[in-house]
Amino acid sequence: MNKRLIWRKSVNAVMLTLTGVFTALTVSALFLILGRLIYNGAASLDWNFFTKLPLSPGELGGGMANAIVGSLEIVGMAALIGLPIGFVAGIYLSEFEDRHFASAVRFVADLLNGIPSIVVGLLAWSLLVVAMKGFSAIAGSVALSVMLIPIVTRQTEQFLREVPQSLREGALALGASKWRTIATVVVPAGSKGILTGMILGIARISGESAPLLFTSLNNQYWGGGITQPTASLPVMIYTHAMSPFDDWHRQAWAAGLALIALVLAANISARFVLARGISVPRG
Amino acid sequence: MGTVAAVRPSAAGRGAPTGDAIARWVALAFAASILVLALLLILQLWAGSADARHKFGWGFLTSSKWNPVTEEFGALPFLYGTVVTSFLALLISTPLGLGAAIFLSELAPARLSSALTFLIELLAAIPSVIYGLLAIFALVPLMRTTIEPFLKSHFGRLPLFKGVVFGLDYLTASLVLSVMTIPFVISVSREALLAVPREQREAALALGATRWESTWQVVVPHAKLGILGAIFLSLARALGETMAVTMVIGNSPSIRASLLAPGYTIAAVIANEFSEATGVYRGALVELGLVLFCLTILINALARLMIVATTRKGSKRA
Repeated sequence: MNKRLIWRKSVNAVMLTLTGVFTALTVSALFLILGRLIYNGAASLDWNFFTKLPLSPGELGGGMANAIVGSLEIVGMAALIGLPIGFVAGIYLSEFEDRHFASAVRFVADLLNGIPSIVVGLLAWSLLVVAMKGFSAIAGSVALSVMLIPIVTRQTEQFLREVPQSLREGALALGASKWRTIATVVVPAGSKGILTGMILGIARISGESAPLLFTSLNNQYWGGGITQPTASLPVMIYTHAMSPFDDWHRQAWAAGLALIALVLAANISARFVLARGISVPRG
Repeated sequence: MGTVAAVRPSAAGRGAPTGDAIARWVALAFAASILVLALLLILQLWAGSADARHKFGWGFLTSSKWNPVTEEFGALPFLYGTVVTSFLALLISTPLGLGAAIFLSELAPARLSSALTFLIELLAAIPSVIYGLLAIFALVPLMRTTIEPFLKSHFGRLPLFKGVVFGLDYLTASLVLSVMTIPFVISVSREALLAVPREQREAALALGATRWESTWQVVVPHAKLGILGAIFLSLARALGETMAVTMVIGNSPSIRASLLAPGYTIAAVIANEFSEATGVYRGALVELGLVLFCLTILINALARLMIVATTRKGSKRA
């Protein structure tokens, strides 16, 4: 009996320790990744990186100025398309619910969210690259916006649902119409959460390269506007990392560090916005 | 929303401007655009793969030829690579992730748990191409010089570890995928565990169970559907993962038993070959996209159903 108890207690201790070890292993992966990026990338993240164009293989130096601007352009346009659509669709799901249609939209949004980004790239390719007879920044933006819409929709819905029902009732009782209630009471009350969702969504699409490979393609030079192939940081990292040139590898590390800094900064600031809480008194 | 409905008729009765109706239709149109997008996606995948579907029929799924020159295409090597790498990845990430989820939901003090959960969310936010960058410059050399020669010299008699060691193979791709899927396993199963009512734990402990016994024999079985959902959700992620896998799998359209041999996945072959393909070659790649789409949709839908079932169960009893 006593032996059995000792056995049970040691199993308990071993397994509980193991769960802690597994957690530590997972979290240490984050620090290993960050550490390695800083170790290999920091030295190359200099003024040239931000101001110069990539040089042809063999030449030393150069930077990724075009890819930085290109990423801003592609992600910026994707946000312009995706944020309003996702936001209003989210309002619909939370405020104008009619049961069957809303649950269909919700289900499809979740499925869209789980579709591999490369397949989303195929959609944008067939919609825009084929029609415009060429790779373009706007095709990349459309691909990214297709990824952004379901994220923003579900986040907006979720945070609007957390707005207490009594606030809506109060506004309606004061004689406000439904859309005024939504615009002046419900949305402002949920704004912090919605903003968080938008920041996280943009952070997520900024790092995507698969949907850009055959939509915005890449460009060694400055892009020629939104209808031309355009460089982006994630695609640049991919092509530079896969190339056989040491100096391009150096650039890839620098670009990796720049990209991760951006993505992590967005995630941390989103967390900070949300940590200050939902802007309405609960209950 | 009962009260809202009760107020609306009086507003309408006043003959108020139709602002509400307009707002409703605009919002409806935006929401409907999500359905339209999904429909467009299916239509384009179906139409884009038409010539390949007509030429190869169902045989596309069982043929292992991939030859752009003779225009013979089959999906089998890619299906094989996709399934093998994802399965192996989950074999690693499931126990690790579940263990960590148990630690975060059952053992860690609230503050530590929320800090660690945030760090794990950051891990999930790292772009795929950065995993690929690290894999190709940090993991591949380690695999080639240390880990794989070790496996070969100790387990070389197994067909799993035969052949020349390059570092670019199924095993490396699976390891990268396992790190990428762990955060999903953790965050979804953690939520499933947290949805288990407190009384369940207290009852088990009161009966004299150790902490581990209460967790493993009461809490985990209670949340098993949600945990299964977490595993399926991660599986869907792994199946569609593109960049990191493309960079380390070796890109060889062949079926090998050895995990140390180079392979290919559906997502990787689309990423590598699509921008240069034309005609039936392009059709075959779109059809691969269609196959991947169906696979991930199926698994995602299953996962969602399981997760919804658990969270609902938990909240009802809480």
